Amino acid sequence: MAAAPQGHALAVDLARGTRRFQRFVTLGGSKPSGGEPPRPRGVLDREQLRAAVPQAFRKLDPRILIKNPVMFVVEITAALVTMIAAATATGLEPTSGPAGLGFQVQIAIWLWFTVLFATFAEAVAEARGRAQAATLRRARSETVAHRRLAGGTLEQVGSSELRRDDVIVVEEGETIAADGDVIEGIGFVNEAAITGESAPVLKEPGTDIRSSVTGGTTLVSDRLVVRVTANPGETFLDRMIALVEGAKRQRTPNEIALAILLAGLTIVFLMATVTLRPFGAYAGSVVDTVALTALLVCLIPTTIGGLLSAIGIAGMDRVARFNVLAMSGRAVEASGDVDVILLDKTGTITYGNRLAASITPAAGVTAGEAIGAALAASIRDETPEGRSIVELARKLLAEAKAPAATGDDAGLAALDATIAEEIAFSAQTRTSGIRTTAGALILKGAVDAIGALASGGMPSEVAEAADRVADQGATPLALLANGRVLGLIELKDTIKAGLPERFAEFRRMGIRTVMITGDNPRTAATIAREAGVDDFIAQATPEDKIAFIRKEQADGHLVAMTGDGTNDAPAVAQADVGMAMNSGTSAAKEAANMVDLDSDPTKLLEVIAIGKQLLITRGSITTFSIANDVAKYFAILPAMFVSVYPELGALNVMGLATPQSAILSAVIFNALIIIALVPLAIRGVAFRPAPASVLLQRNLLIYGLGGIVAPFIGIKVIDLLVTALHLA
Amino acid sequence: MALGDFLTLATIAGAILLLTPLLGRYIHRVMEGERTFLSPILRPVERLVYRVSGIDEAAEQDWKAYTVSVLAMALVAIVAGYVVLRLQDVLPFNQGGIAPMSPDLAFNTSVSFETNTNWQNYSGETGATYLTQAAMLAVRNFTSAATGLAVAIALIRGLTRRSSKTLGNYWVDLTRGILYILLPISIVGALVLVWQGVPQTWDPSHAVTTLQGGKQLIALGPVASQEIIKEIGNNGGGFFNANSSHPFENPTPLTDWLEIVGLLGLSFALTYTFGRYAQNQRQGWTIFGAMAVILLVGAIGAMHVESTGNALLPAGVDSAALGNMEGKETRFGAALGGLFMAATTGTSTGAINSWHDSAQPIAGLVPLFNMELGEITPGGIGAGMYGMLVIGAILAVFIAGLMVGRTPEYLGKKVESFEIKMAMLTALVLGASILGFTALASVLPDGLKGPLSAGPHGFSEILYAFSSQTGNNGSAFAGLTGNTPFYNVTGAIAMLIGRYGMIIPILALAGSMAAKRRVAPSLGTFPTTGILWSVLLMGVVIIVGALTFFPALSLGPIVDQLLQNAGKLS
Repeated sequence: MAAAPQGHALAVDLARGTRRFQRFVTLGGSKPSGGEPPRPRGVLDREQLRAAVPQAFRKLDPRILIKNPVMFVVEITAALVTMIAAATATGLEPTSGPAGLGFQVQIAIWLWFTVLFATFAEAVAEARGRAQAATLRRARSETVAHRRLAGGTLEQVGSSELRRDDVIVVEEGETIAADGDVIEGIGFVNEAAITGESAPVLKEPGTDIRSSVTGGTTLVSDRLVVRVTANPGETFLDRMIALVEGAKRQRTPNEIALAILLAGLTIVFLMATVTLRPFGAYAGSVVDTVALTALLVCLIPTTIGGLLSAIGIAGMDRVARFNVLAMSGRAVEASGDVDVILLDKTGTITYGNRLAASITPAAGVTAGEAIGAALAASIRDETPEGRSIVELARKLLAEAKAPAATGDDAGLAALDATIAEEIAFSAQTRTSGIRTTAGALILKGAVDAIGALASGGMPSEVAEAADRVADQGATPLALLANGRVLGLIELKDTIKAGLPERFAEFRRMGIRTVMITGDNPRTAATIAREAGVDDFIAQATPEDKIAFIRKEQADGHLVAMTGDGTNDAPAVAQADVGMAMNSGTSAAKEAANMVDLDSDPTKLLEVIAIGKQLLITRGSITTFSIANDVAKYFAILPAMFVSVYPELGALNVMGLATPQSAILSAVIFNALIIIALVPLAIRGVAFRPAPASVLLQRNLLIYGLGGIVAPFIGIKVIDLLVTALHLA
Repeated sequence: MALGDFLTLATIAGAILLLTPLLGRYIHRVMEGERTFLSPILRPVERLVYRVSGIDEAAEQDWKAYTVSVLAMALVAIVAGYVVLRLQDVLPFNQGGIAPMSPDLAFNTSVSFETNTNWQNYSGETGATYLTQAAMLAVRNFTSAATGLAVAIALIRGLTRRSSKTLGNYWVDLTRGILYILLPISIVGALVLVWQGVPQTWDPSHAVTTLQGGKQLIALGPVASQEIIKEIGNNGGGFFNANSSHPFENPTPLTDWLEIVGLLGLSFALTYTFGRYAQNQRQGWTIFGAMAVILLVGAIGAMHVESTGNALLPAGVDSAALGNMEGKETRFGAALGGLFMAATTGTSTGAINSWHDSAQPIAGLVPLFNMELGEITPGGIGAGMYGMLVIGAILAVFIAGLMVGRTPEYLGKKVESFEIKMAMLTALVLGASILGFTALASVLPDGLKGPLSAGPHGFSEILYAFSSQTGNNGSAFAGLTGNTPFYNVTGAIAMLIGRYGMIIPILALAGSMAAKRRVAPSLGTFPTTGILWSVLLMGVVIIVGALTFFPALSLGPIVDQLLQNAGKLS
């Protein structure tokens, strides 16, 4: 496997991730906590609400509104009823029936509110993204860059003058002027501006995953030479701002299909209401235009029509709040469809560091002796492996309360004081350890290397134990003190905490997880079993990844994968959802349709949940919206025809007071339900990992059946209020 | 509702349950060109047909070619039919000085039979010669039914094939449907009908002297052959004006039973065929369930209301024991009138064994609503299946499918903008034609001349006429004077819209679905089998239908019934 992500570059606080995921799952996608720059919290921030109001009015412009056919129709009807009311007020038109001017004015007002609530919902959703964009824009401000010319001389230029393939030199403390790949130098970069993570990240050339830098971030140490990879306006930051702002938001395929359905339904209801006029004429009644208009608006799917774009924007925003940058809404939508996830073992499933798991004494050696030797051999070892051995030894000593050596701080200091010489690890000796002032040589190292040093060779039972450890994919280290083999340390690649549970959740949702690793099949099988993935590919090459993805796709699966190296780019591009790490190469980021700013591959799982939640929200509100219509018929139809057919009053099952109050109540309910559902649209419908049949049953009950029942209650309550207030 | 009526209903249901897998499997084998028990006899005939007509059996058509073939067939048949109807007086087999049809009536009639509607603005006894009946109308009963079947099979292939450009060959599907399915059943069925007393003769009408000494002309003709295909092909065009209430078309309770089973049989069987194609019988049975429940609820409702009768009438006129006998046949009774009414409109048959106009208003709502749902319970042969799959399944899967957190898919194929566009188009043309023409007729003087009754009942008559013609049903509410230029022409247009306004987008949808790759099912896949899906399917079909037509229905049969309940005559 090429370009295995190295542990420390990618090691992440998985516990944090899991917490975030669980929080997300239980709270229905609320904002994750911890470690991020201060951003507006809560679904409806007061500041944002205030900012959304003027924006909502601006969106009433018919030229903008026509993109939303449902709300456009409502706006036309609102204008129509306003004109009728004006004609009545000025005496141009005699008031028809008992309706009167007051009724017409109220209907007109509520129709305008209906449109306004819809534009307001969209404005609120946009405001959330805009706040984030403002933060990003600060990082993008014009900076000075030092461009290296062909002769090696430097010239000072503005960052906007930089073009692809220019080479710039960045000194300590300077802002990196453009996106690029490091070609010379090593340095730490603070990427807080885009990731919110304040710990600087090491950048060096040629390392595939650590060579890319982003414009707007700051070099905090040393000096880097960077080849620019993006023209002004096309940089990562530019794209990010455009995305979170929703400026260049393109409607997703599913959104377009849904919009067609809604437009179709609007036409159906237009036919159903327009033909009521001739039908009424046949029955000898003139159907009131205002009532007819009210019926139309109540029937067309205004609830979902008004909230559709808000749902989409909020979904993108939710992804952005997880510090994942989706290049398009389409990618988020597609992630809901994913049913196979391809995960790298190292860095994604395991921490990628081999950590001490156990210390086994050789025959005739006490546990205390072996642990003591392990501690002594590793006390000066600053590698993660060495530190993990010290930690394990201290833990074991504390548990055993062994008198031979103490693992507390005083004991450690005492031990440290006895060290005369530190023997560092080298590729030749393949051992490391210490020599004490008393002259004792304590070493740990590769089993065969220690065996060669041991006075009696490697005891056979230790050699066998070492083979068993190796078989399970772990690394055995032998311990040697004064020529005697004391035991074995087992170093194991540890599986990240909480992952098996999450994989189980995904299995319940019908998503298969596949681990990909360069290990041999036996090792891979062990880790796959421990992590709880469904399948694994061992000894995988980058070509294997693409071949696997192609095969799964041919079988009708949608595949998601994460990648960071240049070698991963083709596979990331081939996958239906490819997520690149921000620490990865430009090539991988270019090929991906999502970039994770925290470089945490496990976040793919959260993005999938968000994608599903987005689709569920859209479907639930659509179902709710259509189910609502049943009650509205029962409210408005008898009211319209009760003068010519009093018997139709039998359909007034809600017992609404008067025809006017019935129509007005239905219109008010229709408008208020939009505003009532704004938080749901923005936050998303609560989502729990479960099989589709369970989700369907639950959501159908809540939004389908609930959608039929709710308006009967709502309209009745509003009617009681309207009557009590003598509004109609 | 007497025990006997329940038994009739139960035995019909039992027969359908039994026939569905048998016929369904057979249809699948036939349409896929596999060997059947009839192949030894029919295969040479089939091959001969292809050789004579120059059809390459193996050459499949894409959706466009398939559609063009369907339309070409229709155009030729409508024009030829028009010519025959206009010249029937001079053509042979004119059994008794029957005049040619007027241009508008000939247009309406020719379109009517080609679109599987069989709306009849003429009276079979006096308006059509034997040649017209047997050569034109009966033949078209076969071709129009087989065309519906072919289109449904093409759609099913589109939904179940993987990454395919083609949908089959219309000419082959048409030939196989007629040869292997419609003809054999018709031959057997016609013989049973003859046994029960249905005439099959080329003799002219008998002139007899009645007991009172009056002269009566008893119309005869090749009735049985047309009667059977009328039912199994869901055509519904009666040999006689009185249709299946005429004793020569439907002489006994047994023929009544057979005719109901016949008109439901093939349409229900197609659900099983669908399951075969989907390689999952549960897919088929789930749709079967949705169709059957809607049909049964309507049928039992109509049977109950009709057998209860009109409470306003004095005892003796309409006794509680007999139920609402106005417009009913005494050999069937009120409840079976209600059953036939539901069955004939749940399918696109349109045959009648009672006068729907005389039904209780709320019972009259059953056939109206059945037709306005698009006749998908189980619908016309093929037409019901494609209607249910597109208006029902595709829309339901799209509206509710999102709720499981995946973009909607049906049978593993993604439902996207194009499919929604086409599905909405079919729902739209249905609504536009029914509501548009009804609106036109209820304000134009020419339209207002039509209905016999005043008030809401008259409105129901108009609404019924356009629902029936748009739905390609062909049953009449009666009462409406349909043979006027206005109703002939608007009706013909409604029939054309209802037929080809659905077939074209549906074949386009089939073509687009066929080309898609199939997504593998998983736990996360929207389940399109089982009770939940069946209920959802019914919910979407009924809600979409009800939302479109509830205002019209409430001004027709609903207010009609409410007025009657209040003791008013409208």
